[in-house]
Amino acid sequence: MSLSREEVLHIAQLARIGLTDADVQKFQEQLSHILDQFAALRRIDTTGVPPTTFALPLENVWREDIVQPSLPVEDVLANAPAREGDFIRVRRVLE
Amino acid sequence: MKLHDLTVAEAARMLAAREVSSRELTQAALDRIAAVDGRIHAFLTVTAEQALAAADAADRRIAAGEVTPLTGIPMALKDVLCTRGVPTTCGSRMLERFVPPYSATVVRRLHEAGAVAVGKTNMDEFAMGSSTENSAYGPTHNPWDPERVPGGSSGGSAVATAAGEGLFSLGSDTGGSIRQPAALCGITGLKPTYGRVSRFGLVAFASSLDQIGPFTRDVRDAALVMNAIAGHDPLDSTSAAVPVPDYATALTGDIRGLRFGVPKEYMIEGMEPGVRAALLESVAALEDLGATVRWDISLPSTEAALGVYYIIAPCEASANLARYDGVKYGYSNQTGASMWENMELTRQHGFGDEVKRRIMIGTYALSAGYYDAYYNKALQVRTLIRREFDAAFEQVDLIVTPTSPGVAFKLGEKTADPVAMYLNDVFTLPVNIAGLPGVSVPGGMSEGLPVGLQFIGRPFDEPTLLRAADAYQRATSWHTLRPPL
Repeated sequence: MSLSREEVLHIAQLARIGLTDADVQKFQEQLSHILDQFAALRRIDTTGVPPTTFALPLENVWREDIVQPSLPVEDVLANAPAREGDFIRVRRVLE
Repeated sequence: MKLHDLTVAEAARMLAAREVSSRELTQAALDRIAAVDGRIHAFLTVTAEQALAAADAADRRIAAGEVTPLTGIPMALKDVLCTRGVPTTCGSRMLERFVPPYSATVVRRLHEAGAVAVGKTNMDEFAMGSSTENSAYGPTHNPWDPERVPGGSSGGSAVATAAGEGLFSLGSDTGGSIRQPAALCGITGLKPTYGRVSRFGLVAFASSLDQIGPFTRDVRDAALVMNAIAGHDPLDSTSAAVPVPDYATALTGDIRGLRFGVPKEYMIEGMEPGVRAALLESVAALEDLGATVRWDISLPSTEAALGVYYIIAPCEASANLARYDGVKYGYSNQTGASMWENMELTRQHGFGDEVKRRIMIGTYALSAGYYDAYYNKALQVRTLIRREFDAAFEQVDLIVTPTSPGVAFKLGEKTADPVAMYLNDVFTLPVNIAGLPGVSVPGGMSEGLPVGLQFIGRPFDEPTLLRAADAYQRATSWHTLRPPL
């Protein structure tokens, strides 16, 4: 399994990770080698085997919808990179 | 015996008998940190002032007779657990200045029990790694040989307890991140059943695999910590509403008639001779205690478990780590020309290489055209792995294996080869895939370094798991060895 340079760039774009040219080359090699390790999976017959997403047999955990105190706005916004009043300030999304 | 060398149970007895105060125990831990942490770098943050204030509060509780077995006991917390008002970095530049507005449920429970947090410990970035070399703040060193790694990802927590910088610590285990560093540092490390301990406030890596657990000097201490942290939490919908037994009273010392099995697929060529010898000797010790051990149980999909893990964990991580976008909290690079460019720059400079690799593997395996071949296939094999464990547990009560194929390796030895690093977890990650409880205890020495022995139990059967591990410790003395620091 070998990833092309274009595939690495495509994955990085999907994941929103900026890469340098040196990064692209390094990850192309390393990610291909990691994907090689998954070959053992393909040898296993999984016809008709259901997938397991969680180890616990849980479905739809409900609770009563009760109003409870939220975290103080000041505490939460203390970590915001940029704020304006009680809002987080962001860059324009639509160009 | 020095105060920093005590077990939790010994310290609790001395506190109750007024032979020592929590302030003295806490000061001893802080002094130990001051004396040795420059060489081993277990801590990212030391909260000396808060710790001494908490110790004084614990001493007042003890004077009033309102104690739990953890009241006044100094402990260390992996820096992946949110601590209100105390930085929580996850070993990442991304969260260098992040101060959580709330505490994890386990932190709150330990605080309520009266335990005293002395600081936050180093880790592989976002818990991705097996050596603690992926921390953005520099590696942690093994106290048995500072040229070697402590294992990971909870290396700082393992070293803190091994070196006496606290009497116990908490870590998180997604594929072995408690058990493997416990093994490499010569202490006890427990990964509870998935859902046994609340994950609320644990910064998420792979949500279907992550579980919090203790590092301690012996199994009894692990039982005491579990008594404080186990149980359902309304804030974690995946925490199980299963009654919590008293883990300490389960430690009867009697394992006569208990059936153990060693899976034949675990006797791999890559196992170091010293590890193999320790396993054989440990099995003999279990037999001497009246247990039976069979070598013919089979977990046929073991060879595929590494691939299952390194698909599922990165897939979940790629979704979980999407939240680090430089908008709401954490590192934010605003030098780009657009919103998207800022986000790419933030993640380029905020994440280290291993985190980027895993996000990219996960993104790839979940992307159009590859979902069925990778992610869904991994989930199907996950079902087979669970079924094989179920079948094995019809033949035996507990599975016993080495924790890691080798002893602690040299710093830098495996950093250039991600796959060689991943192989460290080959005996531990199937346990997370199946959601089972597993514990690593010191099981021998090889080349002057600790070897870990892993016990694996049925879901929610921590009482039998801990009873066996405790009985083993009563018959052996490996857990009483301390590193030459």
